[in-house]
Amino acid sequence: MSVTDLGMPAFPAAAARATRDTRLRANLRHATHTIRDKRARAVGELADWAELRAAGRAIKDRTLRHLDHYLERLEEAVTAAGGRVHWAADAAEANRIVTRLVRATGEREVVKVKSMATQEIGLNEALAEAGISAYETDLAELIVQLGKDRPSHILVPAIHRNRSEIRDIFRSEMGDWGRPAPEGLTDRPGDLAEAARLHLREKFLRAKVGISGANFMVAETGTLVVVESEGNGRMCLTLPETLISVVGIEKVVPTWQDLEVFLQLLPRSSTAERMNPYTSMWTGTTDGDGPRTFHLVLLDNGRTDTLADTVGRQALRCIRCSACLNVCPVYERAGGHAYGSAYPGPIGAILTPQLRGTASELDASLPYASSLCGACYEVCPVAIDIPEVLVHLRERVVEGGRVTRRGVRTVIRPAKGHAAERAAMRAAAFAFDRPGVLRAGQRLAARTRRLHPRRLPGPGRAWTDTRDLPPVEAESFRDWWQRTRGGERGSGQEGAK
Amino acid sequence: MRVALFVTCINDTLYPRTGRAVVTLLERLGVEVGFPAAQSCCGQPQFNTGYRHATEPLALRYARAFRDYEYVVVPSGSCAAMVRDNYPRLGEKAAAEGRGGALAEAAAEAVPKTYELTEFLVDVLRVTDVGAYYPHAVTYHPTCHGLRMLGLGDRPRALLSHVKGLELRELEGAQECCGFGGTFAVKNPAVSAAMGADKTRHIRETGAAAVCTVDNSCLMHIGGMLSRQGSTVRPVHIAEILAGTEGDVL
Ligand code: SF4
Repeated sequence: MSVTDLGMPAFPAAAARATRDTRLRANLRHATHTIRDKRARAVGELADWAELRAAGRAIKDRTLRHLDHYLERLEEAVTAAGGRVHWAADAAEANRIVTRLVRATGEREVVKVKSMATQEIGLNEALAEAGISAYETDLAELIVQLGKDRPSHILVPAIHRNRSEIRDIFRSEMGDWGRPAPEGLTDRPGDLAEAARLHLREKFLRAKVGISGANFMVAETGTLVVVESEGNGRMCLTLPETLISVVGIEKVVPTWQDLEVFLQLLPRSSTAERMNPYTSMWTGTTDGDGPRTFHLVLLDNGRTDTLADTVGRQALRCIRCSACLNVCPVYERAGGHAYGSAYPGPIGAILTPQLRGTASELDASLPYASSLCGACYEVCPVAIDIPEVLVHLRERVVEGGRVTRRGVRTVIRPAKGHAAERAAMRAAAFAFDRPGVLRAGQRLAARTRRLHPRRLPGPGRAWTDTRDLPPVEAESFRDWWQRTRGGERGSGQEGAK
Repeated sequence: MRVALFVTCINDTLYPRTGRAVVTLLERLGVEVGFPAAQSCCGQPQFNTGYRHATEPLALRYARAFRDYEYVVVPSGSCAAMVRDNYPRLGEKAAAEGRGGALAEAAAEAVPKTYELTEFLVDVLRVTDVGAYYPHAVTYHPTCHGLRMLGLGDRPRALLSHVKGLELRELEGAQECCGFGGTFAVKNPAVSAAMGADKTRHIRETGAAAVCTVDNSCLMHIGGMLSRQGSTVRPVHIAEILAGTEGDVL
């Protein structure tokens, strides 16, 4: 089951609903403002942040340019270290591979490390269909899973929930999944964490299969890296006999020296820490330590198509720090669910329409889910110019054009529902290219200005529902200049054409 | 120094007093201002909504209209940013599509001579005290394109701080977007209004008599909300503050 199958409404409708949910807005506002201020302080500590950011961007760009090469090196290194590498062209293939690998172990349950890639492909749902239970072990993911909910933030998936909601979810749902919540559970953070710890420990000790993603893959040694705060990831990565990691192909970095840059950029940008509490690294399998069997599933799912687009490809630099979400004024009001994918916020608005295309109404509305204020670009640790990509994708939505789909160059048609807007935009451009027409329009507007309604009908209502219109003045600037100066330099000569 | 005013289509039609203020201000500072009638719209609404091709003739027109000038002064942060950031992109894309170099040439000509008003005052004329008088409490909202695309930094505040009689009031969350965003305001009206509600609340909380920006498009949204809320805070473009002197009746 993918998110698009749910018949998600387009962004504006879903976002509008979220703006009316006062509790959600208060939760989001508090959480995003706290974390954005902390990030600013953590980043401000480093005098060479701008250089680090430029280095992160350059390393990712170089790696993406030679992605095939580094992926082959990675495969060789992982294989040499005792791992097995599988290539998945899309979500369905990745889910098939993982399901087959789990089935081969004879197990019916797996423990999971927080992973964006497995959310992107809907792995938990695919496993459930195959009769395999997948248990999320990240505290926030656990809250989301127990609440039969969807994550709404990359780093803090349950950002839309507050403490008392979490207590209620633990009380009513934990028992159905394993060890129930302790009697009389309060909403104190310490008590909630303890309840989760007791509930999860049983699963860690029992699980024979772990599933993870990875933040980075180091090509030169075939090493995978997961950074986290809670230590639950470390449990999943070390206790089970079989470990399956599903990782997007853009997560590869060439060398450990390159990794060093990102291990500075990521924690400060995401949790505002100098270093995150747990950084787990593993290279294939090691006798007598950790999993006996290691599988790496390399996921494409639209990434090479995205790579083919010269403007859009910068989205593949993303290290999923979520700094762009935390500063985004639209995300703060709309919440994560409105974006309809595993990737909410500004990065989702540029990534989802590239990975999934712009055919659905929801996906075509995502590039417009921004006021282009540029706050995301300013904080992005790998300098993704998100506004630039948004505008680029808007063009794809309204004008169609050449894209790559499954490796084949094709021409797509404009998305539906933009005909009136297209006509209006072209008419405006036509008038603006003919100052005579523009001037006639201005004079008409000025002459009829007393008749202008305060509230507009039709699409104009979107403006006048909450805003008054500015009054039109009696004389345009152009006419004033003409009347008082008479020419381009006030000397009587009219400007060209 | 041959200086032209690019008044912008919004100011031309809806806020002509801003254009008149720029002329008053620059002439008071000894600058002779030209207004080529061939100018029109920078194309930002089209470009930012995805209609790149409809934007192209407007970029060519801009370069042509201001060909004879050394400086183009723009009383709008976002229109100046449109020229400086996006005209080169129009050129690059057209060239990549095999449609020649005319747009790239137009961009190369237009970009270096285009200045947002406060940049022109501070960087070219090198003045921060323009001899203005405005006896009111004012709060300043740094618009996103001025702040993040042009990098105006302290320039507007430096100019305002020298205005006689003006008391500058700090705005909470000043760097947050007001929610206008061009067609965003009508494509995502609920989110736009929610952003505007927070912005206008912060503005009202300053107790200032006026809210000032370098961009009338943001002020159209902010002012439209303030007016609907029945607030008496006046939206005012920075040019209108800088143009006033003690001799004027405000
Ligand atoms: S786009 Fe940039 S800021 Fe946003 S999650 Fe990715 S790396 Fe972080």
